[in-house]
Amino acid sequence: MFRILNQVARTGMLTESVERPDDARLERLGIELRRQVDARFGHSLMIREVDAGSCGGCEIEIHALANAYYDLERFGIRFCASPRHADALLVTGPVSRHMEQALRRTWRAMPAPKFVIAAGDCACDGGEFGESYACCGAVDRVIPVDVRIPGCPPTPLCLIEGLLAALARAAD
Amino acid sequence: MNVTDSLADLQGLLTAPGIGATACAGVAGVEPCLALPAAHWGLLAELAADAGLRHAGVWADALDADRLRVQALFAAPDGYLLAQTEVTSAHPELASHTPCFPGVDRLERHAQDLLGVRFVGHPRGTVRWTRHQAWPETVHPLRPGFPLAGKAPGRTPADADYPIVRLQGNGVFEVPVGPVHAGVIAPGHFRFQVMGEDVLRLEERLGYVHKGIEKHAVGRDAAGLVRLAARVAADSSVAHAWAAAQALERACGTEVPARALHLRALLAERERVANHLGDIGGICNDVGFSFGQSQCTLLRERWQRDNATYFGHRLLMDTLVPGGVAQDLAATAPERLIHAHAELRRVLRGLFDILDDHPPLNDRLLTTGILKHDTARLLGCTGYVGKGSGLAHDLRHHAPYAPYDRLQLAAPVVEQEGDVAARMRVRMREVHASLELLDQLLATLPEGAIATSLMPRPEGCGLGLVEGWRGELVALVRLDAEARVARYFPRDPSWFNWPALEHLILGNIVPDFPVCNKSVNGSYSGVDL
Ligand code: SF4
Repeated sequence: MFRILNQVARTGMLTESVERPDDARLERLGIELRRQVDARFGHSLMIREVDAGSCGGCEIEIHALANAYYDLERFGIRFCASPRHADALLVTGPVSRHMEQALRRTWRAMPAPKFVIAAGDCACDGGEFGESYACCGAVDRVIPVDVRIPGCPPTPLCLIEGLLAALARAAD
Repeated sequence: MNVTDSLADLQGLLTAPGIGATACAGVAGVEPCLALPAAHWGLLAELAADAGLRHAGVWADALDADRLRVQALFAAPDGYLLAQTEVTSAHPELASHTPCFPGVDRLERHAQDLLGVRFVGHPRGTVRWTRHQAWPETVHPLRPGFPLAGKAPGRTPADADYPIVRLQGNGVFEVPVGPVHAGVIAPGHFRFQVMGEDVLRLEERLGYVHKGIEKHAVGRDAAGLVRLAARVAADSSVAHAWAAAQALERACGTEVPARALHLRALLAERERVANHLGDIGGICNDVGFSFGQSQCTLLRERWQRDNATYFGHRLLMDTLVPGGVAQDLAATAPERLIHAHAELRRVLRGLFDILDDHPPLNDRLLTTGILKHDTARLLGCTGYVGKGSGLAHDLRHHAPYAPYDRLQLAAPVVEQEGDVAARMRVRMREVHASLELLDQLLATLPEGAIATSLMPRPEGCGLGLVEGWRGELVALVRLDAEARVARYFPRDPSWFNWPALEHLILGNIVPDFPVCNKSVNGSYSGVDL
């Protein structure tokens, strides 16, 4: 136990103490995000993530949003297990045809109003894989998309920026 | 029996007059390579099994509209043997290797779905694997006449009637999970047959992220292939890109400069450290030990930021190119990196010390999800899954490729228990081993060019073999008459590690599935292709 407390104490609060330039930007973005989430979504935004044929790269960066540096949850944004609890659907990958129906069903299971964020080049326009016998070629071929976050994969900061854009869109 | 002898013995048996295999020089990078009549394909597996070899994969290749070539790779601890045969497209029948080597079950069904090879005697008959409902059973995407665009099928229905094996009995019930999971993970379907809390049977159904990678590769140039390979599975981006580049370079007879090889190894070891840290954190998280998870994720984040700073991409994508690497290391980088390694080592000493003997963690991880040595061997598991069950195979040691053949390597990390804790310990020890290697690579970094131009060789064919962070990774590349890619097959270690999960979960409780799954961490994208 002491070793754990010791380690925690030594690690400190990374989210605030680091002064790299990109962390400063993160802080600005975060505050902005918090404001938007407060104003539009009753202090919390629930996201359901669906991998629709990604190579896994986009997921690695989405996971990174939870680490101590970005700590997305402090802004009231959480990933939830069920689409029935979700305000937004975050989709990665070029929508493999084998996932097409599952994606559509997940989208249908969400309560309205619902909005969809396509994350990564594949989800935005097919990326490296495009349209083929195996892929639909972009998320908007299957369900309506509100916001696109390009990048292969988008960095965590790009993802946060994209979420901000999504919130602005949802308010329109 | 000495295992080098077992390869030579098998070669002797196969080339004896009764079987009539002949040496062929078609595939660069693997020696020996034998061509044998299709009628003896089944005998090949029996002899290889008798010789104690490991099956390292089987794949097919449509040479033209009429001929299909099928290749199988066998591994001894210090060498490989590639066997190949040909069948006609009209009657593409071969004996299945699955009865002798259950690990190749899905690889054979993959070849069946994509190229129409029928493996006679396969225990699951002709049940599809990679194919769901995106194309009909009668056509095969990797046959020459099939267009990349397919036939615009309209909406693709879900693969609802896939035959899952069910158990019956009083109190037995079924738990279906996926394809969309509760967390941020790739899609796959798991069907548990359960009594009370105990898992009696688990069947995996994958293929959901099939993107047609092999078809996409056809017609690409070398640079395009390596870019595609970097996206076979993002967590193994370097390993897949390296295997593909190595296969290409061998096919074309290109010598990669020494500095480029060192930089590739640097990238590969960085990839190993990042993923092992992520997995160690993930295992902690799956048993509710969030302290371990948060420490590991922040270490991984620092590591990825350094990736971006020194190598240009957080996940090291597109850092490899045919003939070398894309970007050189800045002059000041080695010193800073060595410093960062020392710092990571210092933090890990404290952290791993806790993870190693924290009683609540031990309660959950020790004796959970045991993969028996014999099962791991039979399936052909490599990487931390094999090593956790006492299988030491590691390409960097046993069949070292440049630059590992010039480095001082410690013996491969092996644990015997086969449980989740053992697979985690392998990762922890490998992180330290990789840090040592990284220091060594930086200290001995040769001067010189970081890439050479690849002279594409028409009709060239090569095999790449790389130790990825998940284990042994193979890539086959064949070029056509214009030196464009005719066939690319990346064989991720997950082909053999996924089936291990179906075994090691047996007798465990359903709530331990996440941690068992994480301890194996098979790649979805790497096998769905
Ligand atoms: S955008 Fe890039 S990282 Fe994301 S799924 Fe596509 S290939 Fe992978």
